[in-house]
Amino acid sequence: MNLAPTTVVVRKASLQEYATVVGQPEIDEIRALGKRLAGRHVKMVNSTAVGGGVAEILNRLVPLMEETGVTPRWDVITGGEDFFTVTKAFHNALHGAPYDGPPEWLESFLSTNEENRRRMQFDEDFIVIHDPQPIGLINSRQPARGHWVWRCHIDLSRPNTTVWEFLRPFVERYDASLFSSPAFTYPSSIPQYLFSPSIDPLADKNRELEPEFVSGVLERFGINSRRPILTQISRFDRLKDPLGVIEAFRIVRKYSDCQLVLAGGGASDDPEGDAVLREVTEAAHGDPDIFILNLPPWSHLEINALQRASTIVIQKSLREGFGLTVAEALWKRKPVVASAVGGIPRQVIHKLTGMLVHSVEGCAYQIHYLLSHPEFARQLGENGREHVKENFLVTHNLKRYLLLFLILQQA
Amino acid sequence: MKQAKEPFQFVAASYLIRIRPERAHTLGEMARDLRTVSEASIFYHTFQSLEAHHYSAFSSDFAQWIMAACNEAALAERLAAVDLRDFVSLEDLRQALARRVEEHLKVIPRAADRPAFEPFHFCEAVDASVPLETRAQDLGELAEGIRHLSLQTLHHHFINSRLRLQLRTNDFSNWIVHNLGFNDLADKLNRIDFYNTSLDGLREQILQDLEPWMKQ
Repeated sequence: MNLAPTTVVVRKASLQEYATVVGQPEIDEIRALGKRLAGRHVKMVNSTAVGGGVAEILNRLVPLMEETGVTPRWDVITGGEDFFTVTKAFHNALHGAPYDGPPEWLESFLSTNEENRRRMQFDEDFIVIHDPQPIGLINSRQPARGHWVWRCHIDLSRPNTTVWEFLRPFVERYDASLFSSPAFTYPSSIPQYLFSPSIDPLADKNRELEPEFVSGVLERFGINSRRPILTQISRFDRLKDPLGVIEAFRIVRKYSDCQLVLAGGGASDDPEGDAVLREVTEAAHGDPDIFILNLPPWSHLEINALQRASTIVIQKSLREGFGLTVAEALWKRKPVVASAVGGIPRQVIHKLTGMLVHSVEGCAYQIHYLLSHPEFARQLGENGREHVKENFLVTHNLKRYLLLFLILQQA
Repeated sequence: MKQAKEPFQFVAASYLIRIRPERAHTLGEMARDLRTVSEASIFYHTFQSLEAHHYSAFSSDFAQWIMAACNEAALAERLAAVDLRDFVSLEDLRQALARRVEEHLKVIPRAADRPAFEPFHFCEAVDASVPLETRAQDLGELAEGIRHLSLQTLHHHFINSRLRLQLRTNDFSNWIVHNLGFNDLADKLNRIDFYNTSLDGLREQILQDLEPWMKQ
């Protein structure tokens, strides 16, 4: 097994291109902030280069950061199947699920972190560690050298105490921690900042598409473009409640003609994906109106097309980090029906930018309501687009990181 | 066009939101925390959050939470009606907000301990700003600069600056008084109703008010 951490090389994007979306003043101000940090080095570390929201954010954030004058580097830790089995259990436990891992799991977690740590250099001025998987890299911290920040993308408001008490001593050694929502935080001795995740409006997943391309994608998957399409985009994960979505769909279909698309893929750090996909396929019972699409991680244009073709986008998660697929759908002016969990209520303001739900039945009710009130659904989509434009674009995220580095530097 | 003694220095400004440890799970806890939380937090949840309320019923985080999480509509309306422009100190504003909650709880004591639908998380802003190359030597250049500010920086100069200036004025009015001596214009800008307009609308109003004075 090769445990050498991977450095991810990402396609360069032009910061200037974003002026068409957020305006030239915003770009000028980002550059002005970047000038103050010219020559500084930043390291981002996470546990997967593809799949999942964190990798997607870094994939676009890192090249943009480089254009501001700082020198960013994105490293991905590596580990074996056993390590990612442990980190998946940690992930679920931090979201509140029970945890009954044997003591060897903790040892496996620590030893993989240590292996990665020994192979990595930490000479940068700012080191941002994403999520719990690489949290032990803080052991490389040198006195009075470099600022270390922990970016937590998950909800820590009700963690399993066994796992949290194991991880917490690591967290408290960072200079600051960053959360997607105030509700995700816990009482801490280090400063905690609010950092909304972001989407990239110019990425393949979100950019405008030709209608012919969208209809071509539907055709390829056998989806009827003339009938209403309900879509949930997410990796096959029980916390995204794909079975609940199927249940809601079956309630709606009693009254409204529609099709359901469940599309997503796996992330390299999620070993449960295959099992969940099997469960979902079984639950669909070969229903010709349910399309289960297990897409490879590079299917950004297809995901984009499916979202754009959707009549309603669903995100019926049971627990959620931030739920970037919601922001993606809102950006495309889609009416969204989503669970009031995690960071979703920061994106979906009930009856203003979408509909929040708390159950399968509620989800079905709101879908049916929106199918019956298309003008209201359209207005939700318009509001949602503005809400994302003001709060959840990659340029906002870039600006926040630059500000954070300035503040840490001044401190 | 009259030239200023000192140029107006535009900045690239933004802020991070720091999450504070205080959180209120009930109206009683809200009343308690309003008395003790930092002035920066009072400022953040009143003045600073104005820009985040395009979609909500009230322009104050406190009022919004009391309505949405505590279902106390009358108190929410009373808090939302606190006119921030009437205050010249954050301590006075704090007292006014806390007093209204406490008075409400005297009338409806059972509301004090009823759990809110979701807790209120107190936050405060940590500002950072860097000077831009843009400077204004007269009203024409000021208007031109304002036209090209990001919304967050406009907020910084016109609304956040009130914290630095003890709630008495804003950056633009302050510069106009001290460098051009146009006190009436400064007053007029300072009275712009930033409650009931978006930041884009605010920019338009400022530019409209500057226009007639540019000939002087």
